[in-house]
Amino acid sequence: MLNQEFKVPAKLKTTSMVLLAIGVITLLAGAGLLLMSKDQMAQNRFWAVLLQNSIFFLLISLASIFILSATTLAQGAWIVSFRRIPEAIGSIVWVLAIIAGVVLLTLIWTDNHNIYHWLGKNEHGGDYIPKNSLNALKNFFLSKPFFTIWTVIVLALWGWFGVKIRELSVRQDSEAKGSTKTYWANFNVSAGFIFVFALSLASTIPWLWIMSLDSHWFSTMFSWYTFASSFVSGMSMIMLWILYTKRHGYLEIVTDEHVHDVGKFMFAFSIFWTYLWFSQFMLIWYANIPEETIYFQIRMHGPYKFFYWINIILNFVCPILILMPRPNKRNYFVVSLVAVLILLGHWIDFYQMVMPATVGENWHIGWFEIGIVCGFIGLIIFLVSNKLTKAPLVPQNNPLLKETIIHIS
Amino acid sequence: MSIKKFAVAAYDDEAVLFPAVKKVRGSGYKIHDVYTPFAVHGLDVALGEKESDLHIAGFIYGITGTCTALGFMGWIFTTDWPQNFGGKPHFPLPAFIPITFELTVLFAAVGMVLTFCYLNQIMPGVKKHIFHPRQTDDLFVMAIEVDDSNAAETEAFLKSTGAVETNIQIAESEWWYGRFDKKEDYEIQQQLA
Repeated sequence: MLNQEFKVPAKLKTTSMVLLAIGVITLLAGAGLLLMSKDQMAQNRFWAVLLQNSIFFLLISLASIFILSATTLAQGAWIVSFRRIPEAIGSIVWVLAIIAGVVLLTLIWTDNHNIYHWLGKNEHGGDYIPKNSLNALKNFFLSKPFFTIWTVIVLALWGWFGVKIRELSVRQDSEAKGSTKTYWANFNVSAGFIFVFALSLASTIPWLWIMSLDSHWFSTMFSWYTFASSFVSGMSMIMLWILYTKRHGYLEIVTDEHVHDVGKFMFAFSIFWTYLWFSQFMLIWYANIPEETIYFQIRMHGPYKFFYWINIILNFVCPILILMPRPNKRNYFVVSLVAVLILLGHWIDFYQMVMPATVGENWHIGWFEIGIVCGFIGLIIFLVSNKLTKAPLVPQNNPLLKETIIHIS
Repeated sequence: MSIKKFAVAAYDDEAVLFPAVKKVRGSGYKIHDVYTPFAVHGLDVALGEKESDLHIAGFIYGITGTCTALGFMGWIFTTDWPQNFGGKPHFPLPAFIPITFELTVLFAAVGMVLTFCYLNQIMPGVKKHIFHPRQTDDLFVMAIEVDDSNAAETEAFLKSTGAVETNIQIAESEWWYGRFDKKEDYEIQQQLA
């Protein structure tokens, strides 16, 4: 009999609680020391770190809903053996969405900080983006009402889809054998999510939340680049959960073949991320227009030089060289090492997206940054491990269950 | 290239083929090859085929492409015909990346296709002995190398593993280039008959 009832190991529970406590203490200390300080840069650091981490952890969890929807629509069987893990991650997206929503809306509706420049006025007292410039076309997009309404709609939809997909999948367990009603219902919901995803994360949302930090700079490729970044980190997170649960004796039906498939995703999407990153960089480098190159000036030659190069090494050189041989994608130690490197690398990627425009050359990787990261990791571990105990780890009545058990990658 | 004697068995079901392959290998016979009408998953593992080195060849071809592209463009734009394109350096690496990438893919792809054809002995004009005319239609055909001493015994053994048809053939074991029928091969068959 398969060991299907996940019980949270005591050690994991303690770890998550400790990390969560560190996060909460850091947040309170940060509110006291940074937010209340007279220093503008300290306040900016407080908000920028919260912005970066809440968006990063929201998007890498959102990637779970995306991979579930995509494989459900393609009727891929390989994911069914461990689909309860992305489902559990997807169904806690609403918690992270509330956190990100609170941070974003606070940033939009309070004005004692200097994060979104387009909210403020220029030195002559006019609008930050002049009405008669080409950038005036952005005035509708970069406005308080649009930002608020679109952010709330998108966050609500993401949260709802994550819960709904999980709920349908769990409902299937108690259905009559051979009934495919819920399976097709899930199929339709997944199609709906892909549509929402295309309009939100794959296009408008990264422009609105992150790219508008550098409000004069623009890149149509930015959203795809952010998507690739969050998706490959999301797959790495799923990989870590699979290996953790397998190590504790669960998920017997997940074999080297399934791990190999997730490893392929990590490998392929690292290359895809590099492709988009380079495409964005090369066009700007080639055209050499000052208003565009300023974005790379501060990153390549300025105070963010270190992050710029470590970004490419961790997110491209490491995955492509380590994951290329087939045996490495089936070696649990190697893939978990690369998963950790990818998560770290893309956290740094998000760091260098957000920080140059908000804190400039006064960047820190200090107690506050590390504490907040610990808090988010603790929160995700706590919520996901609790979710995993709520339903059997093997989807009982999924029509693809047999196919997934005999799957060969 | 050598002419050998084969015991040939034809099966009409994969479900019979797999246990048969296992039994034949377990009894110490050397399987020349198994011919199937479609790709049978897991058969390579059952036959004990080792993993192909094609991907290592692909990696080498790819690196060759990378070096060719970078070396050739570097030589042209720094030594042979240096020009000023929009104030860019004479060795502008970002501008070379797309072409380098394309040539890497081209070399790896074409090289791997040719290597694949060579390893599998498929090329226009290359012929091989066909053990059973229905091996590409609906039968799974297994050929085992034998010698005069154990031919009859092997055939009987193959019959016992569930083969629908068995026989002994003397045939060329490798590929040849030319007409479909190999003359010598044909004559030997005649003599045997």
